Amino acid sequence: MGVAQVPSIPETPGPLFPELASAEEKFRKCIQCGVCSGSCPMGEAMDYAPRKAVKMLLEGRFNEVVESNTPWLCVSCHTCAVRCPSQLAISDGLFPALRAAVMAEGKALDQDLQKALQNTYLYGNPMGISPKKRADWAKTAGVPVPIISQLRRPVDVLWIVECYPSFEPRGQEISKLLARILNALGVDFAILGHEERCLGDCEWLAGERGLFEMLIERNIEILGKYKFREIIMTDPHSYRTLLNIYPALGGRYKVKPVVQFLAERLDQLKPRLKKKLNTTATYHDSCCLGRKTNHYEEPRLLLRAIPGLKMVEMVQNRESSLCCGGGASTIYLDRFIQERMKDRLADRRVMQAAATGAGILAVACPFEPARFEDAVKLTGNEEKLVVRDIIELLAESMEVQ
Amino acid sequence: MNIAVLTKQVADLVEGIEIDASGRAVDRDSIRYILSESDDHALEEALLLKERSQAHVEVFSLETGEVRDGLCTALAKGADRVVMILAGQETPPSNHAAARMFASVLKGLPFDLILTGVRAIDDLDGSVGGLLAGYLGLPYVGLVRKVELVDGAATVEKEYPGGFAAELGVKLPAVLGIQAAEQPPRYVPVTRLRQVMKTAQVEEQEAEPASEEPVSVERMYKPEEGAGAAMLSGSAEEIARQIVNLLSERRVTR
Repeated sequence: MGVAQVPSIPETPGPLFPELASAEEKFRKCIQCGVCSGSCPMGEAMDYAPRKAVKMLLEGRFNEVVESNTPWLCVSCHTCAVRCPSQLAISDGLFPALRAAVMAEGKALDQDLQKALQNTYLYGNPMGISPKKRADWAKTAGVPVPIISQLRRPVDVLWIVECYPSFEPRGQEISKLLARILNALGVDFAILGHEERCLGDCEWLAGERGLFEMLIERNIEILGKYKFREIIMTDPHSYRTLLNIYPALGGRYKVKPVVQFLAERLDQLKPRLKKKLNTTATYHDSCCLGRKTNHYEEPRLLLRAIPGLKMVEMVQNRESSLCCGGGASTIYLDRFIQERMKDRLADRRVMQAAATGAGILAVACPFEPARFEDAVKLTGNEEKLVVRDIIELLAESMEVQ
Repeated sequence: MNIAVLTKQVADLVEGIEIDASGRAVDRDSIRYILSESDDHALEEALLLKERSQAHVEVFSLETGEVRDGLCTALAKGADRVVMILAGQETPPSNHAAARMFASVLKGLPFDLILTGVRAIDDLDGSVGGLLAGYLGLPYVGLVRKVELVDGAATVEKEYPGGFAAELGVKLPAVLGIQAAEQPPRYVPVTRLRQVMKTAQVEEQEAEPASEEPVSVERMYKPEEGAGAAMLSGSAEEIARQIVNLLSERRVTR
């Protein structure tokens, strides 16, 4: 056996894991420096941190790695990938492949994750809510939120709202505020409404490539029906997937995250930012807007434009930002992870935010408000720190709440 | 060891259901179908038995809803053969009729165990399992949550109300109504499911047509909203105080 077994990582490389098409050859470039394991915020909880896992795979100890807790503890923060001197696709390639191997072998999945995957298969969202209800939030937005199939004309901007901003209560409130901001700026936009489905970032990184393929086929078909100049996205995970993964599979779009779209309209935005907020904020770089797509400055530009708002940085910021611990489907594995770690990444991150003395922890990812608010309570920082999406802060200053 | 698993598709409540114009049935055009939950558990228990004792598992489904999808999922999970039972009628049969249809197909076949979900959300008059056992002249145990095979007999764990459970010995062949499998129904990766769907052989078998239904539905309606609900508002402390007041007004507290 020995090294001959290594190809079982890229056994089914397919077009979805181009990084793995020649994985064996690439992972032989691993110099075992250990930067990945040293950078990995989850390494301490893993049976085998990334460096060791790679070494074991190259030695043919495939089953040991697949059967350990390692595959399920990667939060896809991407720190290993951006720091790896050999440029190995650890978080995007190795971990999804390990998870796919667990699934292919028919091993039992964590029940919360299984439910999320089944729901996404049946309803196009992990919550298990009827897709007919996807645009229900828009009914109480207080401004028109057109659905593209009803407009029957091309639009300038197609807003892909995605699952959390469509269904999660706080996410829905933020979506309403963004709709008001877009209206105030006179943007010609529309949403997909009931035709929108999950774009598949969590499913891809969870190793469920069949489900990811299914979602891609459907989404490319739906997007192909309509004419729009560009796509804006509220969810950095989906943005990243549409930007980096869809093109290779035939889905090429001009796509940008909402923070970039708004930062490009700063001149228009500034005169409308009237209310002074008189507070100090610290910004959490989400992994998908930060390390994965390099949008470090736009969120800060937007925050600095708010009158009276002072910015401070956390000890880990920009490239070294600490993940909230919810990427790559681990948002459904909270219980599994909590049993294996003393404190969760969200708790550590909130402690860093509290240490800056800021009153506001500003975020730009729909996973964060719920995760960080939970952590604020758990770490006893309720009196000190409030978690707010950048959209919420802009809307408050624009007085369009 | 031959195991038959009897399944059916029911309305997916996530998508909501509507009553049809007759006011006596669910509007079937508005429905999306999924495998009945306890039938899914029956299949899981059968697959666990297959893993433990090399059993041969055949899955039968009545021809209502998206039967093919459900049967392909069963194949992808590890069933050996799947059969769609042609009912020859448009409306879903009552449980009496369903039991007679299953009996007409299963009669004379060499099954040691027949597993089915102990109930379904659209059950009109009890469970199919007991009725089927009656028609086939076999023993029946319902509310089963564990099955072990020992020397041509089965030891089953059955639930009773109030948190009680019993272990029962059952001679085979027998019919079991499954409450829950020993582990949650397994996940089938979509890649495998799609492969199976492309190549699956779903056999079809005619059931004896159902005679007249012994029970008919007079009226079907959505739950009516009751009056007298009051919403409490205020801070957590205020709401707690209001609840305490309400309870003491009604002499629930001392």
